[in-house]
Amino acid sequence: MDKVLEVNNLSKVYGQGCAACFELTGPEHDTNICPKCGSVVAAHNVSFDLYKGEILGIMGESGSGKSTAVKCLYFDQKPTSGRASFFNDEKQYDLFNMNAAHQRHLMNHKFGMVYQNPHLGLNFDISAGGNIAERLLMSEVDHYGEIRKRATDLLKRTEVLAERMDELPKNFSGGMQQRVQIAKALAINPPLLFLDEVTTGLDLSVQAAILDLILEIQQENQTAMIVVTHDLGVIRLLAGRTLVMKYGRIIENGLTDQILEDPQHAYTQRLVASAL
Amino acid sequence: MSLSYPFGFLDEYAKKEIRRTTLKAVAIPGYQVPYSSREMPMGRGFGTGGLQLTLSVIGKGETLKVIDQGTDDSVNAVSLRSFIEMTCEGVNTTTKTEESDLIQSRHRIPEKPLREDQILILQVPYPDPLIVVEASEEKRKTLHGEADYSRLLVKLYEDIVKFDEITISHRYPTRINNHYVIDPSPIPRWDVPKLNQSPALILLGAGREKKIYAVPPYTKAEPLAFEDVPFRVEDFNDVNGMRRCCQRCNCNNSFLDEFIDSKTGHKVYQCSDADWCEENTINNNETLEIANG
Repeated sequence: MDKVLEVNNLSKVYGQGCAACFELTGPEHDTNICPKCGSVVAAHNVSFDLYKGEILGIMGESGSGKSTAVKCLYFDQKPTSGRASFFNDEKQYDLFNMNAAHQRHLMNHKFGMVYQNPHLGLNFDISAGGNIAERLLMSEVDHYGEIRKRATDLLKRTEVLAERMDELPKNFSGGMQQRVQIAKALAINPPLLFLDEVTTGLDLSVQAAILDLILEIQQENQTAMIVVTHDLGVIRLLAGRTLVMKYGRIIENGLTDQILEDPQHAYTQRLVASAL
Repeated sequence: MSLSYPFGFLDEYAKKEIRRTTLKAVAIPGYQVPYSSREMPMGRGFGTGGLQLTLSVIGKGETLKVIDQGTDDSVNAVSLRSFIEMTCEGVNTTTKTEESDLIQSRHRIPEKPLREDQILILQVPYPDPLIVVEASEEKRKTLHGEADYSRLLVKLYEDIVKFDEITISHRYPTRINNHYVIDPSPIPRWDVPKLNQSPALILLGAGREKKIYAVPPYTKAEPLAFEDVPFRVEDFNDVNGMRRCCQRCNCNNSFLDEFIDSKTGHKVYQCSDADWCEENTINNNETLEIANG
């Protein structure tokens, strides 16, 4: 199997940080705020591998650090320490040691991101087609006809009516906005896709349709994905492997079936029991 | 003439700083170099950026032309010219493009091709083309640094979707030397191709925004466009597809101004470049005189 991403000991501290931060926080201490200096340890020692065509779930309650980990990998935030390597076309990229221009290039050409809130991923002042065009223009496609064609195909693919392509996304329903966001993320056919709580806040039938779409994309394009969610149903349906996070630490990881059927950690047991 | 002003109104330190900024601007084509724009005895936004450049660059014995919207006789051009005449002893002024060493202009580049020994100084109200898509200057600087102009291109895309063509009439975003995109000041699209490989040095000064940038001689200046929707200039065709002519000099290859004839109430067209029109009119009359014997 081809490895796409390797993350080692990723940590992110908000605040000045001190020597005792990592020792005095975590699930054992029942907090992620350092009692000495008051810094927030959002993620510590997060390590995992991701392979081609695989969907990795990151599960945990609000504030457990799952979104922070993904944001660091998508360069939305700078990690405090740790390493991450991205593998593509027999090249290895050291994500956190590249300059800003290289990071932007990688983001524009190889990564896709779908946020929980479409406002973060879409520009509401330009049309749905324009949003997709922006993504294509970022990766140096500068043929108007081709941009139009690819945007139409992508919207069809994500089941947004192509006739509404030139409308502003603010006229769309929440589910449609999310589809446009997915279409935008997919525009460059990225080998790695981040999905941050993509179905939260949508009604059940729309959720199901979006999850179906994500699975289809994974089957068709062999896209590696990291799915961040607190919804066990999403994890069960999508993820082959799952990490469970609490207070910035990974407390359990393994095959999704195993974690859901036979959780080892007390927190995971509670989580699974409360949902089922 | 008052002699209490130093030559060029500005003190030597101010001129030195502006010259140093200008050198940097020439060295990094299209990059907006910040400078400490001085207070001038006129409001910011009335061409103080261009004026400071002119005053720092001009020397005794040189000839200056000042134009505003193509004409030498509009209020702004006249006041700027008389201010420079007052503060720069030994500087000549002219209305003829070919006689000038230095041309300060607002909204137009002269029709007559410029030469290597001439400098064109353009007054700029808004130096940053990205201001329409990004409000934060810090973020704009990053975008410029990484040459990420996709959001400007999205604006062009949206234009084509809505109107089937790019509708930017002036301040057309133009990429200089394959990297920085500049706002070439409010010159019409007609003038944008004149920036490309221009023999003359083109300096752009924004007084209110405190930025100087340049298009050095023989530098590539390429308006943003799509591969299959190329940039085009105004065509000035009438409903029958015929190119309109200047009603005064009959010129059919200049940028035309449209206005209403106060007597007949009809639309009429006339060269925007007054010097160009004047020269054509004189030539026409001479030809006529020769023809009439």
